[in-house]
Amino acid sequence: MADLTLTQAEAHRATRLDVLLLLIAVVGLIAAPFFFYPIFLMKMLCFALFACAFNLLLGFTGLLSFGHAAFFGGAAYFTAHAVKEWGWTPEAGILLGLVGAGGMGLVMGFLAIRRQGIYFAMITLALAQMFFFFCLQAPFTKGEDGIQGVPRGYLFGLIDLNQPLNIYYFVLAVFLIGVFAIWRIVNSPFGMILKSIRENENRAISLGYSVQKYKLAAFVMSAALSGLAGALKALVFQFATLTDVSWQMSGEVILMTLLGGIGTMVGPIVGAGLVVTLQNYLATSPLPVTIVTGTIFMICVLIFRRGIVGEIQALLRRLS
Amino acid sequence: MTMIFGIPVQAFMGQLLVGLINGSFYAMLSLGLAIIFGMLRIINFAHGAQYMLGAFVGYLLLTHFGIGYWPALILAPLIVGITGMIIERLALSRLYDLDHLYGLLFTFGLALVIEGVFRYYYGVSGQAYTPPPALTGAVNLGFMFLPVYRGWAVIASLVVCLGTWLLIEKTKLGSYLRAATENPTLVQAFGVNVPLLLTLTYGIGAALAGLAGIMAAPVYQVSPLMGSNLIIIVFAVVVVGGMGSILGAIVTGYLLGLAEGLTKVFYPEASNIVIFVIMAIVLLVRPAGLFGKDA
Repeated sequence: MADLTLTQAEAHRATRLDVLLLLIAVVGLIAAPFFFYPIFLMKMLCFALFACAFNLLLGFTGLLSFGHAAFFGGAAYFTAHAVKEWGWTPEAGILLGLVGAGGMGLVMGFLAIRRQGIYFAMITLALAQMFFFFCLQAPFTKGEDGIQGVPRGYLFGLIDLNQPLNIYYFVLAVFLIGVFAIWRIVNSPFGMILKSIRENENRAISLGYSVQKYKLAAFVMSAALSGLAGALKALVFQFATLTDVSWQMSGEVILMTLLGGIGTMVGPIVGAGLVVTLQNYLATSPLPVTIVTGTIFMICVLIFRRGIVGEIQALLRRLS
Repeated sequence: MTMIFGIPVQAFMGQLLVGLINGSFYAMLSLGLAIIFGMLRIINFAHGAQYMLGAFVGYLLLTHFGIGYWPALILAPLIVGITGMIIERLALSRLYDLDHLYGLLFTFGLALVIEGVFRYYYGVSGQAYTPPPALTGAVNLGFMFLPVYRGWAVIASLVVCLGTWLLIEKTKLGSYLRAATENPTLVQAFGVNVPLLLTLTYGIGAALAGLAGIMAAPVYQVSPLMGSNLIIIVFAVVVVGGMGSILGAIVTGYLLGLAEGLTKVFYPEASNIVIFVIMAIVLLVRPAGLFGKDA
């Protein structure tokens, strides 16, 4: 796995410049809804969080899951159902999405970590497809129609999330908390062990770490955070459909991470922003999006494996 | 009416036949995947797209050039195989030194592009492909009516699978392939052109997918999306069988197709997921797969 992630741990050490850039980014995100369409921004934030959660597994543990749509879309269904049918408050609904996705992650992860590398990817893909067929037939997902007209409700019973700015800042807050959590995980002793598994699994085993447990823990965390992103998306768009659990969605999140930079903190956010923008742009053209995304995939793999942020970091290192 | 387990014989046998047909295609596709993986250490995600390509080549040959089923049975795999070899030379050969996952990601992108292009020109609806007159109609087997084409597809796929197995196990080319799988450097030192062998292997694998595609064209409808859902099932088949053994891939393909057919008889709701469930059970009981040597 070593060559999959080219950036080293040092790249994540916070410097004064990083803090400055972070502040600019946060201020920019706070100001953004006054300049851009809030729904579009929220879509970006949801997918950025999804990609970051996915990257926790691929970039920092070295496990390629081809089934993360199950967590993203599954959580969207759980949240949509709880909020619409049971009348739960939005924060409770989101919590259910997060816990539900984490639980699914526990089951899928338990099965998938029994094999490595290429098999791991195929198993996650197959299990996610099984969940897709389950969602297609289960009554609570409403089949092809999906759960529609999900009420956004009142956050903590107080804040009206139907106001565009209210929900935007709520989504932004959850996004920042989610990304911060991932940053903390990656930079903790636990995260160091994950990276050691990524770099050399056998050595990690010989050092006495129970690699399987660490892998499973990383898988569950990644799944739960992906679920958080999916739960948010269900509230933002007020529906949950089969699209979110399909294998194409699993491919999209891989593309976002690959394009932005596998194993970088900011890369998946950049990649998600680019892919979502591209999809919006192509939505009106007759050209199927898959032609463009597929081409980007091939170009990235052939000549651009570090991704945008990874290449910039490599360039900066060479200059300094 | 005769019954088996409370199910009319006709319906029971009908579903079993559908299972056997599906199993034939699972077997041919997982066989191709296993051959490619064995040599190139790449999981060919484009396998489903190449299967679709085979069916479409047959369809286009018929509608645009009036070339029928029998020539297409040769031409479609040939065309798909050659395009596969070009892709291997231009792109895949650059990925061998990298992590195997990059091969999966590249071929995934390739599959998206191929499917996207056909969706752009032909939409998502399926096109019917009529089999030649010799293979239409049905024969009465006494206990059921067997559509001739389906019987032909099952027998032909068996022949193709066994032929490929013999090619790899019994011929000189096959022994080169197996040797190069074990130790490419040593085989190269003996003067065998290993890069050419790799190109050829990918070509054979892709051609098998194309052949499965043209054979499937009269059974299922020819549609740009026919390969993408199938390939995920075939991945599950490959996980169950383990890719270490060619024969294992073939046997697992047929067995899981039959299991799916039987599920359609007894519990239709689960027929979509039964293969995935079997995969999960096999992972719990025997993680390396039924025939797997590699953990």
